[in-house]
Amino acid sequence: MKAAVLVFPGSNCDRDLAIAFRAAGFETAMVWHKETELPADVDLVGVPGGFSYGDYLRCGAIAARSPIAAALKAHADRGGFVFAPCNGFQILTEAGMLPGALLRNAGLKYICRTVGLRVEETESAFTSRYDRGQVIDVPIAHHEGNYTADDETIARLNGENLVAFRYVATPNGATDGIAGVLSPNRRVLGMMPHPERAADPLHGGTDGAALFAGVAAALVSA
Amino acid sequence: MTDPAITPDLIAGHGLKDDEYARILEIMGREPTFTELGIFSAMWNEHCSYKSSKIHLKKLPTTGPQVICGPGENAGVVDIGDGQAVVFKMESHNHPSYIEPYQGAATGVGGILRDVFTMGARPVASMNALSFGEPSHPKTRQLVHGVVEGIGGYGNCFGVPTVGGEVRFDASYNGNCLVNAFAAGIADADKIFYSAASGVGRPVVYLGAKTGRDGVGGATMASAEFDDTIEEKRPTVQVGDPFTEKRLMEATLELMATGAVVSIQDMGAAGLTCSAVEMGDKGGLGIRLDLDAVPVREENMTAYEMMLSESQERMLMVLDAEKEDVARAVFEKWDLDFAIVGETIAEDRFLIVHNGETRADLPLSTLASSAPEYDRPWEPTPPAEPLGEVEEVDAIDGLRSLIGGVNHCARGWIVAQYDTQVMGDTAVLPGLDAGVIRVHGTTKGLAFTADVTPRYVKANPVEGGKQAVAEAYRNLVARGARPLATTDNLNFGNPEKPVIMGQFVGALDGIGQACAALDMPIVSGNVSLYNETDGTGIDPTPTIGAVGLIEEISKRIDGRAQDGMLALLIGGEGTHLGQSALLAEHMDRRAGDAPTVDLEVERRHGEFVLDNRAYITSCTDLSDGGLALAAFTLAEAAGLGVTLDVTGTAQLFGEDQGRYLLACTFDCAEALMVAAGQASVPLTMVGQFGGDTLNLGGAEAQMSELSALYRSAFETAFG
Repeated sequence: MKAAVLVFPGSNCDRDLAIAFRAAGFETAMVWHKETELPADVDLVGVPGGFSYGDYLRCGAIAARSPIAAALKAHADRGGFVFAPCNGFQILTEAGMLPGALLRNAGLKYICRTVGLRVEETESAFTSRYDRGQVIDVPIAHHEGNYTADDETIARLNGENLVAFRYVATPNGATDGIAGVLSPNRRVLGMMPHPERAADPLHGGTDGAALFAGVAAALVSA
Repeated sequence: MTDPAITPDLIAGHGLKDDEYARILEIMGREPTFTELGIFSAMWNEHCSYKSSKIHLKKLPTTGPQVICGPGENAGVVDIGDGQAVVFKMESHNHPSYIEPYQGAATGVGGILRDVFTMGARPVASMNALSFGEPSHPKTRQLVHGVVEGIGGYGNCFGVPTVGGEVRFDASYNGNCLVNAFAAGIADADKIFYSAASGVGRPVVYLGAKTGRDGVGGATMASAEFDDTIEEKRPTVQVGDPFTEKRLMEATLELMATGAVVSIQDMGAAGLTCSAVEMGDKGGLGIRLDLDAVPVREENMTAYEMMLSESQERMLMVLDAEKEDVARAVFEKWDLDFAIVGETIAEDRFLIVHNGETRADLPLSTLASSAPEYDRPWEPTPPAEPLGEVEEVDAIDGLRSLIGGVNHCARGWIVAQYDTQVMGDTAVLPGLDAGVIRVHGTTKGLAFTADVTPRYVKANPVEGGKQAVAEAYRNLVARGARPLATTDNLNFGNPEKPVIMGQFVGALDGIGQACAALDMPIVSGNVSLYNETDGTGIDPTPTIGAVGLIEEISKRIDGRAQDGMLALLIGGEGTHLGQSALLAEHMDRRAGDAPTVDLEVERRHGEFVLDNRAYITSCTDLSDGGLALAAFTLAEAAGLGVTLDVTGTAQLFGEDQGRYLLACTFDCAEALMVAAGQASVPLTMVGQFGGDTLNLGGAEAQMSELSALYRSAFETAFG
């Protein structure tokens, strides 16, 4: 099983994500944003948290147009797995790989704390190791996590069960408490919370580890 | 553009006194140029030269077997075993933060992070110690929001976890808030980089962001009192760019790994001037700078402006000439400026050339070493008036005043604005006592704390100075960490006033005694004087930042008290209410002496906790608010109630030193009692955790109601 983690100049959760991938059994390479190709035979690509290009324009806007972005899209179009927490989620929405946008938090403040997430959909590799309706504790750390989309899109996401996670108590104003969104083929997951920060007993909780184990299991059985 | 003539007004405007200017004439043997005057002003102001504090700082203990590098470099370096070192320092950004809170605080964080990675260490933890005016003061709310957002905005983007800190509110900070930023990094002990240049004819290289006019004269501004012209000083505050700093850090560490770096210095206060002089002076070399090569982002900058600019995210390095291409490639990878702006020279000269003209030609070593040094007159602080009788208070009312007030309520509103978990190694989040991180890729832990009690220092500088160190020591011990070393950030008023200088001398005496007795030498630090507005100074605030080592992180003390566990008190009954939090917050009184600190007792009690940590589930030190507040916070963190079989205001709220409250099982309590008897440590059972009420010697309240007050008070005041 091979994974790659993209590294933008302002990424700062790239190492954390690589550690979580490796702990789940992935051989993991780091890929610099100026590259135009992913390593051969990559199964899973991580788009990490951080401030990809400083987030001085809109979060993720420049990263979505970086040299590596085309290879990322091609990987997703081929049916490859993509996992994108926090800034990664913002990048995927800016790139048009997932619908909607992440606005500034409703309270206008950065929020870093552990929140409860309800697992809404288990029909995906990422969420297969959870039970539907299960509540897991995962940290958030963002200033722009207020998920929004037009009514039609929200209705479609809800109707097609593409909302992977919802906040138990919405901390940032996100529409319908949406915390994580799946692509129609359920192989691309963008989410504001950081499961890689809940994957080691040192973190005080390991509810996030099952997400990485789920993708690994799907690849082994495939 | 012609330079202005050197007039008495111009000299005074540079903060130079008559005798200081006379000394410049003596050194130069001629009138200085405008650029030279600016350089002297930058090198000789209080912020850069430590001219009022130096003779006293020399008395601090700075050595020990664990110390790899003490004060004098960008940050202190301390051995943590296995060939690794922790590199850390704390520095103030008080004046800029008061003028422009977001950028002032942000660039304070940026500056301290740069100090750490300049030494070759990757930053792994940060803290901040903040002092604001009264909540009712018209500026306080704006400062709190701006400073906290600025710290978060910079540190979160850079990607270093905030693991601790402290915040206080007092009228003495109405006109001068304090922003003290701490950062720590990890490096291989044999790969530390220093500032001393070596080798003649080597390229002096400029790295990082471009130079603008921001911050010109900032260090001189920070060395003067404020008055009603403060708004005019806004242009002296720099603007931070954490994204550039993150890239500068990655590029610098990558470049260091190639072996191309001979010496390195970050451009902080007085930018290009201080960094170049420092590298030349420490290496016994001269430096020639060609300012036409300096990357600039504004047009028509003069030599004077370039030499004094405090634009952020810049570095100066002396490189191995043969590896220039390697170095350039690293910086191009990170899209950062890289320019050769000069060279090291054999003569003792600091030569500045711009547009083909010599703008400054100074004797470098004399410039570096001849800064004035003052033994300013000082008056010892008179002994405090005795406290006298204190009326008994209802214990619950007293506790409510503490936990419902901005000085002792929960800090969740602030902490939530900082990324506390980036890098994936945070083991104990900021909150009670010390925060803890794992040293990446090992099973070692490092604990961090920042402490001082200005009420005590004002009443009794010597005991107050000792107490700041002792409290830092206890906060580390309460996490099961062995205290290693200390950084000090000494914030005081105008040193030209003998009363203020007396506070400074007294506090340093106390800090020095405590650091020596508790074996936590000072390895770095910063002095911030002139924290006065319209003649009123702040309470003396010597913030102590301390680092402790946990050899095996799984052995940290980090549990939650469980229902039925016993509450054990180390260090005996409370008696001392002088300068206590209860007095200040519940009775609005500042009276009496500070508690005395018996350093031998501190050490014995600390060693006892460390030796017996296996028996201890949960632990906190007793400081502000005494036993009552310690019991409340320990129980609240566990989501439990607690009953203390202790009555009396002094017993519950006294702030006697050398004490800890801990939670443990009945069996462990027995073992601890035996050990305490052998170690001559007073250990008493004072109550039990459990239930849903707080009971202080019969006075009782619902824990849920107190907890709601404790957790909402900050947001109620400032949200």
